[in-house]
Amino acid sequence: MTTYLKYTLAVAIAIVFAGCGKQGGTSQADRTANALASYVAPGEKDEYYLFYSGGHSGQVFVAGIPSLRHITTIPVFAPYPATGYGFDDESKKMLGDYTWGDVHHPGLSQTNSKYDGRWLFVNDNANNRIARINLHDFKTHQILGPIPNSMGNHGSSFLTENSEYILCATRFSVPLPKGRVADPNDYATEFNSMVSGIKVDPQTGEMKVGWQILTPPFDWDLGSTGKGPSSGWAFWTSYNTEMAHDLLEVNSSQKDRDFAAVVNWRAAEKAVAEGKTTVMDGVPIIDPAKVPGVLYFVPIGKSPHGMDTDPTGKWVVAGGKLQPATTVLNFEKVLAAVNNKTFDGDFRGVPILKYEAVVEGEVPVGLGPLHTQFDGRGFAYTSMFIDSNITKWKLPPWTEEERKDLNKVVLDKMPTHFSTGHLVVAGSDTANPYGKWCVAMNKLSAGRHVNVGPSQPESSQLIDITGDKMKMVAESYTEPEPHFAQILKVSEIQPAEIYPKDENKDPDAIWDKSQASVTRNGNQVVAKVIAIRSRYYPDRIDAQVGDDLTVHVTNVEQTRDMIHGFGFIEHNINMVIDPGETKTFHVNLKKPGVFPYYCTNFCSALHQEMQGYVVVANAGQQMPGAKYGLVSAEGNAPAETGGASPAPSPQSSPAPPP
Amino acid sequence: MTAKVANALQWEFRFLHKPLNVWSRVCLLAAAVTIVVSLFYPLWKMHLVAPQYSDGLDLYIFPYKIEGGGFHGQHLKEINNLNHYIGMKPIEPADFLEMRWMPFVFGLIILMTLRSVVFGEMSNVVDLFAVYSYFGTFSIGSFWYRLYEYGHNLDPHAPMHIKPFTPLLVGVKQIANFREYSFPQAGAYLLCASVLLILLAGWFSRKEQPS
Repeated sequence: MTTYLKYTLAVAIAIVFAGCGKQGGTSQADRTANALASYVAPGEKDEYYLFYSGGHSGQVFVAGIPSLRHITTIPVFAPYPATGYGFDDESKKMLGDYTWGDVHHPGLSQTNSKYDGRWLFVNDNANNRIARINLHDFKTHQILGPIPNSMGNHGSSFLTENSEYILCATRFSVPLPKGRVADPNDYATEFNSMVSGIKVDPQTGEMKVGWQILTPPFDWDLGSTGKGPSSGWAFWTSYNTEMAHDLLEVNSSQKDRDFAAVVNWRAAEKAVAEGKTTVMDGVPIIDPAKVPGVLYFVPIGKSPHGMDTDPTGKWVVAGGKLQPATTVLNFEKVLAAVNNKTFDGDFRGVPILKYEAVVEGEVPVGLGPLHTQFDGRGFAYTSMFIDSNITKWKLPPWTEEERKDLNKVVLDKMPTHFSTGHLVVAGSDTANPYGKWCVAMNKLSAGRHVNVGPSQPESSQLIDITGDKMKMVAESYTEPEPHFAQILKVSEIQPAEIYPKDENKDPDAIWDKSQASVTRNGNQVVAKVIAIRSRYYPDRIDAQVGDDLTVHVTNVEQTRDMIHGFGFIEHNINMVIDPGETKTFHVNLKKPGVFPYYCTNFCSALHQEMQGYVVVANAGQQMPGAKYGLVSAEGNAPAETGGASPAPSPQSSPAPPP
Repeated sequence: MTAKVANALQWEFRFLHKPLNVWSRVCLLAAAVTIVVSLFYPLWKMHLVAPQYSDGLDLYIFPYKIEGGGFHGQHLKEINNLNHYIGMKPIEPADFLEMRWMPFVFGLIILMTLRSVVFGEMSNVVDLFAVYSYFGTFSIGSFWYRLYEYGHNLDPHAPMHIKPFTPLLVGVKQIANFREYSFPQAGAYLLCASVLLILLAGWFSRKEQPS
C-alpha cells in the first residue's frame, strides 16, 4: 500500500468515526459536558439570577443561570392575575390608566460601579415611564411617569456609578412640551428629543425627575454610563441625524455617520444647581447651546445601536448596525478633545468632537453589530443581528500589527439562533464583571422549538465564555420579548420569604378573627378580612346594590409560600396576598345576587373549601341572616361591627377512618 | 430480731449523720451550678418534619416556658394552625400552669443543694435526692399526660378525623405526614448530670464517720 493510500484510508476512517459521535454538529461528549454545565439537579439551585426585560409583555422575567429555567415573573407595567397585580387598589393606582408597557433595559442599582442588590429599574418605552423593583421582595414599588417632555423612553435605564441617577434618552421626538401640536413637516424646527436625569433617593430608591437636556430631534438609541476615567459621563447613540419624519427606514439611513451623545451628567447637575435652566412642564431644562460642557456630539457609523462602556471605563464601544464594524472610542482621547476643543464645528451650538481625535479603531466584527458586553478580562462580545452570531474580539490596547489589520483582534464567532438583538455578559456594566456566562437574546426563534403555532416565543442561548472559544451550552424560550437583561449572583442578596407581621404598617391590617369586621357608613361598606388556612373571617359580607364595597384582606400566615388569593366572582377582582401582607380592593356593587369569593392561590388540603359570600341584596331587601354590613329595617345605616361569624357546624361528620 | 432492727436503725442513724467531706461538698456545689445553668437551655425539643416542612418545625420546652422555633416563635403558631385541621386544642403557653410554679421548685432544689453544702450532713443529701427525684418523676409524668390530653381531646367537628394518639415523649414517630422527633435537650442532660453529682456526693462520703 502506498503512503498516499494509507493516508486516504486513515482520513476516511477518521471521518467515519467522527461522524458516528456527532449529532447536529455537536459530539456526544460535548453534549454530555454541556448538559452537565447547565444541569441544576432537583433540589439544587442556580448560581445567578437572570433578570430579563419582558418587552411589550410589560413584565420582567426572572430565570436562573446556568439552568436557564424561568423561575418567576415580576409584573411591572401590565396587570398580572397570577400575583394579583393590578387588581388591588395600590397596584391599580401605580398602573394608572395603562394596561401595558414596553420594558426594554433593566438596570441593577450600583454602588461604586458594582451591583448593590437593592433595586432593579426598568423603563417603559411605550408610556414614558420608569419603574423600581425592590429586590427585597421582587415586587414593583414605584412607577414614575409618564415623564414630562419625554416621548419613547427607550434609551434607559442606565444607572450612574452610585445610583445617583437613572439616565434616559428619548427615542421619539415630538413638539415639546407634550400636548403642543406642530406639523411633522416642520420636524427639524418644531420637534425635540430629551435626555433625562431621574434622581434616585439613596435610602428609599424613590425616583423623581431631576433635570432634562433638550436635544435636536435625533432618535436617541441605547447608551451606558461611565466609570473610572469616564466617571460622571454618559453616552448614547442615535439614528436619524438626518432628522427625517417619514419613511425612517430609508430617510434616516442616508448619512454614513450619526451623532452619538457624550453627556457630562455631573456638569448637568451643576448647571441645575446654578440655576442655568428654564422650566418646561415643571422640569428644569438645560439648553446645551447655552450651557457649554454638558453635551458633545461625536459622529459614529452608521445608525448605531448600543454604546457600551467597558469595565475599566476607558473604552466606549458603539455597535454599527448598518456598518459591519464596532467603533471604539478612547475616553481619555475624548477628554483631551473636550479640553483642547478639538472640534469639527458644532450642531446647533453643541460641539462635535473630531472623529479621528477620539476613535481608537473600527473593529470589523461582521454584519449588524448591535450591542457589546465585556467579561472584564479584556474581551468584548458583540451581538450580530444580521450575521446571527456573537463575535468575540479583543479590546485595545492593540499591537501595531493588530492595528494595521483589526481583523486580527476578532477572535471567535458563535452562531446564534437567530438574529441576536441583545446579549448580556454577567456583570458587564460593573467595574468587576462575573464573566463566565453570556446569554444571547435572539429575536427570532424560527422553528427552534416545537411548533406552537404562528405566535412564537423568542429564544435565549447560554454561552460559556470562560475559554478561548465560546461554547454553546443551553437554549431556552421566553415569551416576547427580552431586550436586555441583568445577571446578579444569587448569594449577593437575601430576599424576604414572608412579610413579617411586625413590619406590616397597613392601618387596615388585622391579625385575629376577633378583629374581623364589616362596617357600614352610608353606602360605604368596609370589610376587614383575615385569610388563614383554609378559611376567611368573615366568610359572609352583606351589602346591597349601589354600595361601594372596600375589602381589606390580611394574610395572617407567617409561613413561606402560604399564599392566599381572594377571587371575587363576576367582579373582576383577584387579589393574591402573600404571608403577612394586607391588600385592599374597591368595587361598586352594581348587580344583586350572592357572589362567592374564594381562595385562588392553592394553599392547603382544604383550599377548595376556602370561600365566602358577598350577599348583594336588592335595595330595601331584608336579610335576616346578615351579621354584618346589613341595612337596618329603617333602611338607614347603623354602623355595625362584630366579631367573626362562627364556623358553621358540619351537618354530618364524615365517618372516622377505620 | 429486735437486735437486728436496732442495728439497722443504728446504721441508718449513723449513715444520716455522716459528715460530708470536701469532695462531696464540691460535687453538691457543682450540682447547684449545673441546675442554674440548665435553666438557660431547653429541656426538650420536638422536631416535626414533613415534605412541605423539610427544615422541620421545632417546639422547645423550657422549665418555665414553651417556645416555637423560627422567627418570633412562628413554628408554634404553625403547629397550632396545622393542628386545627385535626381538631387539636391550640398549644397556648399560658395554659401551662406548672410552668408558673416550676421556677420556685427549681429555686427550692437549688437552696436544698446549697443547704447540703453548708450543713454538710448526709441527711441533707437524702432530703435533696428524695425531693428531686419525686419532682423529676412527677414532671415527666405530667408532661406525658399533657401530650396524652392534646392527642386525645380532639374536636369531633374538625375537618380531618384521625385516631386519638399520644405524641411520643422520647423517640421517633410518624403522625400523618409528619415525622416527630422528640428528644431531651441540653437542659435535661444538665439536670441528669446534677442528679449524678448529688449521688456522687453521697458516694464520696460513704466511709466518713459521724463524730
